[in-house]
Amino acid sequence: MQDKRVSFKGLWLPAALLAPQLAITAVFFLWPASQAIYQSVLRQDAFGLSVKFVGLENFADLIVDPSYLNSVKVTLVFSAATTVLAMGLALLFAVAADRVLRGATVYKTLVIWPYAVAPVLAGVLWWLMFNPTIGVLAYALSYLGMDWNHLLSGSHAMTLIVVAAAWKQISYNFVFFIAGLQSIPRSMLEAGAIDGAGPVKRFFTITLPLLSPTTFFLIVVNLVYAFFDTFGIVHATTTGGPGQATNILVYKVYSDGFIGLNLGSSAAQSVILMVFVMVLTVIQFRYIERRVHY
Amino acid sequence: MASVTLSDVGKIYPGGVEAVKSIDLEIADGSLCVLVGPSGCGKSTLLRMVAGLETVTGGTVSIDGAPVNDREPAERDIAMVFQNYALYPHMSVYDNMAYGLRNRGTAKPEIDRKVREAARLLAIEPMLQRKPRQLSGGQRQRVAMGRAIVRDPKVFLFDEPLSNLDAKLRVQMRIELKRLQQRLGTTSIYVTHDQLEAMTLADLLVVMNGGEIEQIGTAMEVYERPQTTFVASFIGSPPMNLVPAAVADGVLRLTDSAAQVTLPADRRGLSGAVIVGVRPEDLRIDGGSETGGAETLAFPVTVTGVEPIGAESLLHSQTESGADVTVRLPGYAVHAAGAAMTLAAPAGKLHLFSADTGRRL
Ligand SMILES: Nc1ncnc2c1ncn2[C@@H]1O[C@H](COP(=O)(O)OP(=O)(O)O)[C@@H](O)[C@H]1O
Ligand SMILES: [Mg+2]
Repeated sequence: MQDKRVSFKGLWLPAALLAPQLAITAVFFLWPASQAIYQSVLRQDAFGLSVKFVGLENFADLIVDPSYLNSVKVTLVFSAATTVLAMGLALLFAVAADRVLRGATVYKTLVIWPYAVAPVLAGVLWWLMFNPTIGVLAYALSYLGMDWNHLLSGSHAMTLIVVAAAWKQISYNFVFFIAGLQSIPRSMLEAGAIDGAGPVKRFFTITLPLLSPTTFFLIVVNLVYAFFDTFGIVHATTTGGPGQATNILVYKVYSDGFIGLNLGSSAAQSVILMVFVMVLTVIQFRYIERRVHY
Repeated sequence: MASVTLSDVGKIYPGGVEAVKSIDLEIADGSLCVLVGPSGCGKSTLLRMVAGLETVTGGTVSIDGAPVNDREPAERDIAMVFQNYALYPHMSVYDNMAYGLRNRGTAKPEIDRKVREAARLLAIEPMLQRKPRQLSGGQRQRVAMGRAIVRDPKVFLFDEPLSNLDAKLRVQMRIELKRLQQRLGTTSIYVTHDQLEAMTLADLLVVMNGGEIEQIGTAMEVYERPQTTFVASFIGSPPMNLVPAAVADGVLRLTDSAAQVTLPADRRGLSGAVIVGVRPEDLRIDGGSETGGAETLAFPVTVTGVEPIGAESLLHSQTESGADVTVRLPGYAVHAAGAAMTLAAPAGKLHLFSADTGRRL
């Protein structure tokens, strides 16, 4: 391997080259993050007139707050369901596309375009289709004897946001899965066929193990997506309801902070989320650095 | 043990490429058949049809007398060694070899016995617990062979199995492979584009070109009596020299030249344009002033270069009509480029081919 490092003589050029990136990081991450940490140890009165330092009290309150614990549970269910659905379907599509490589370009574009759709639009799209009065899917479900109403049923609402969130993420997963599949030499699967393994057995004993680096990477990415990028979907469809059924953690940060005006608690919640995403990132980098696949 | 029979086998790929055209071939039980030909001539396609990895679009492939066109690869009782080995990277060497046996429901102790036996045969016992990426090219090659032999199949199929090895290892593995095949006595089909590899391995040599068989025979038969100009120029290194000529009244005369020779009695009936072929080792430099008697074809050439290759030297030259002629000379020969000389070959060593069809006359 060639050494990719470049050495600079002075200090000014490297500093100037790094400056824009550092500035962006400072303005959009470091400053808000420090504000969040600062806010998380303060408590305001209901009218926003006085502020006092409360230490870790905001955090202590959270871990015994039933609505927060509910939100954690909802988030876990939501992100697990979204990850499984988005990755499962993406893998299914990728396997199918890998088989019919010839027609794949049209097929690929079709599968990829939802990724370009903004979360809010994805939410609205599925919200319309599932709308109890005018939605085409709600109508279809009524034929199957199902009285669809995500405005009343918590599990219906959860299904709606899971479907909308997964739909948008399938494209991303698909691209990675198809790249992973295409990097598996055809002769390896042919050797498997000669070795007496049927298509299903080949998939589970050869294809899937060889895809494991891709799968691991995607699990982390999908979890991060479900935790953080799905705000728009919830905001456009269920706004956390009915009851607290779809009030995932990011949405709760928003609703407690901007609607409930409980800034201290909201900041504490976002600090917790920040720690969580940092942990995921560390796991991911550790893994990618080692790069031991099989 | 089994024979393999191809009758009228053809392959047209979905895109319309006719990769293999109506091939008839009978491979006897226990023999090693080598398919040789330039890249793209359809060797792999033919092999893969025997394996069941490509559908047969015409004719019948039979193993042991039974047509197998409609059988899955797994049901044909064959094993294949791929050019890139196609080892399962996530499995140990042991598991790579055991995979096929496990899929067939072989009992554990039986699997263990077979894997260890094959490993001993191939001298890879110490590596059984390693992953393929921890092996050298030659060791991977052995594992690929091991994976084929543990199953004790009816037929071995090899698709350029040695072409990813360096030259020295290739020669060594070639010898080992031949020995192994003879010892196991398993019918084998071996694909290569390397004519030397083909000559040394083959019980039955099949020369292919453009999806068709040019010639079938033992290595020596093919070398000594090439049936077409293609075979003549493909088998042998350096290849046979081919020079345009014409025959009239039992006398062969080179094109654009006064050089001529009286043909042996059995070939006097020929007439018309021909291509005359002569192996580099059948030519010598004509030193004397005699114009080469009636039984010798002597013709003037201009030297274009000399390549010393150790025990012998290759002299490259050009005839008056512009045909390239190579001569194999013993030892270290020195000739200046541009020098004129006369080359001679005995009439009995000349191969004659039709100028129209390229077929042997
Ligand atoms: N899957 C395929 N689809 C279409 N054409 C193919 C395919 N595989 C091989 N061919 C064509 O068939 C011909 C023979 O290929 P192949 O059997 O691989 O040749 P060889 O092994 O002798 O080099 C080539 O012209 C090649 O381009
Ligand atoms: Mg080939």
